[in-house]
Formats: sequence, structure tokens, C-alpha cells
Amino acid sequence: MTELRSAPVPPLRDDDHVRGPEDRPLTFFYGDFACPRCAVEALRLRDEGARVVFRHFALKAKHERAVPLALAVEAAGRQDAFWAFHDALYEDQGRIDDPHLWARCERLGLDLDRFQADRRDPALAERVRRDVRDAMRAGATTTPALFAAS
Amino acid sequence: MSIIAAGTPAPEFTLKREDGDDFTREDLLGKTTVFVFYPFAFSPVCTDQLQIYEEALDDLKAQGATLYGVSTDPTYSQVAFKEKLGITIEQLSDFEPKGETAKKFGAYFEPRGMTNRALVIVGPDGVVRWSHLADSPRDLPGVNLIFDGLAAVPA
Repeated sequence: MTELRSAPVPPLRDDDHVRGPEDRPLTFFYGDFACPRCAVEALRLRDEGARVVFRHFALKAKHERAVPLALAVEAAGRQDAFWAFHDALYEDQGRIDDPHLWARCERLGLDLDRFQADRRDPALAERVRRDVRDAMRAGATTTPALFAAS
Repeated sequence: MSIIAAGTPAPEFTLKREDGDDFTREDLLGKTTVFVFYPFAFSPVCTDQLQIYEEALDDLKAQGATLYGVSTDPTYSQVAFKEKLGITIEQLSDFEPKGETAKKFGAYFEPRGMTNRALVIVGPDGVVRWSHLADSPRDLPGVNLIFDGLAAVPA
């Protein structure tokens, strides 16, 4: 297990989801796809053309769909559709049940069988868990939690 | 009121567990205990706090620590709060005499007659090893503070 102490958010990793112009300051966005405040902030950053790293702060006690949605977006990421799925979820948080996720897959041209298998991959669950632990170690107390890159 | 200091033996106290049994100083012995004093069940900051701390329970358990929520709410309110949040953190009530245990730990907020937002870690020997009083009851201490506080507990 990672040492259980306070620590700044980890620097950019090879497997991070990042978008935005490289000449813009980097913001680490720890978010939850069931969180309305996260949606407002994430879409604002997108529309501003900010350079953002998305990491998960999916709190199961906050919303029962938080972790399933995090896994769904990671599964979409395996088909190069992380940001498309990210935006599709944040743009319509009234439809976040499984049939709604499958409809998004269809709309985005994803392989549904692969999506279904990938979202149950323990490796993705561990990745989400890693992000949540990193956020807690950095002192995050709300969603979204934003950190400027040092 | 000052928060109880590290190195101080935990005082004698009695809190009520969810099943109505007493939780006393004896229950601290032989394990590491984290008391999370919070103002009110169902209040916004307390909701965020316990939901986030819930995520850390497995990590805290791996460190040999058991975390309890403590407030002056009666047990029925605490249990309803816990069920609403879907959390598993055991609740301890400091309802009657109101706030008596919180006062002994320096975790009572006199101006509003409520538990203050405070964290106290007691070692298996019954001695306080670390404590933290939030600047304001509205401030939510990150769970990382507990992670660091646990480092003060002798192995």
C-alpha cells in the first residue's frame, strides 16, 4: 500500500487523462461524475480551453453511481473516448443509469461488449481507488477538488 | 477551551454506542482509536466530512485504527444520519449529560452548545497521541491530517 501520509498531488503520469493547450497552466481536477458542481466546473474549464488533468474523486457515500460512472469513463478511455464520455456524462447528469451509458456507447461508436467487460476490470477499480487515495492524501475535502500544478 | 494535548492520558468518560451500551475509557485500550468530533448530524459540513472519511476506512483499518463519529446528537439521530449517508462509521452519542465527554477532551464549542470539529487519536495504551481542533467548526479537516496523526502512535 502507498504510504499513508499527506502528500502533494502526484505530478503528471503517463496514464493520466489530459487535454488542453500545452502552453496553458496545468490544473489537476479531482472529480465525481455524479456531482453537479463537478459538471459545472468541468464544462467551464473545457469551454475556457484550460489544460486539465482529470483524476477521480469518486465518493461512494456521496452518490451510489459515483464509482460505477468512474469505471465507465475509464472503460471508454480504453477505446480512446475518455474525454468524449467525460463530456457526455457531465452534459447530461439526469441520465446516468446503465441503459443511458449504453446509449452513449452507441452514439460514440464504442464496442459495447468491450465496454461492459472493461468496466468490470479490477485494474480500473484500482486506478480509481488510487486517484481517490491521492486526493485524500492531498487534503481534498470536497468535489471537485482542483489543484494547480507546482 | 483547549483541545486535549498529545501525551495526556485519556480521561474517564462515558459515551453511548448505537446499541445503547456504554463506550468508556476501557474500550480504548489495546487498539488505536480516532475520535471525530463533529457539530451536528445532517449539517452540511459534517455530511461532507463523514462521507469523505468513510472512503478512508479501509486504509485506516490497515493501520490498525478504528474511527468513531462523536456528537451531542442523540443516538437515534446519529443512526438516522448514518443510514442516510450510507456510511459505516460507528457513532457515539455525547447527549446526556450533554457534551460531557467532549468537554473533557476540549472538543466542545461553548458559544453554540455543540461538539466542536475536532480530531483526537488515542493509542492502545489509553494515551492521547495526537489532536486537532479546526480553526472554525465550519472548517473540514482533510483525512490526510488523520493519516499524519497516526504516525504519532508508537508501533
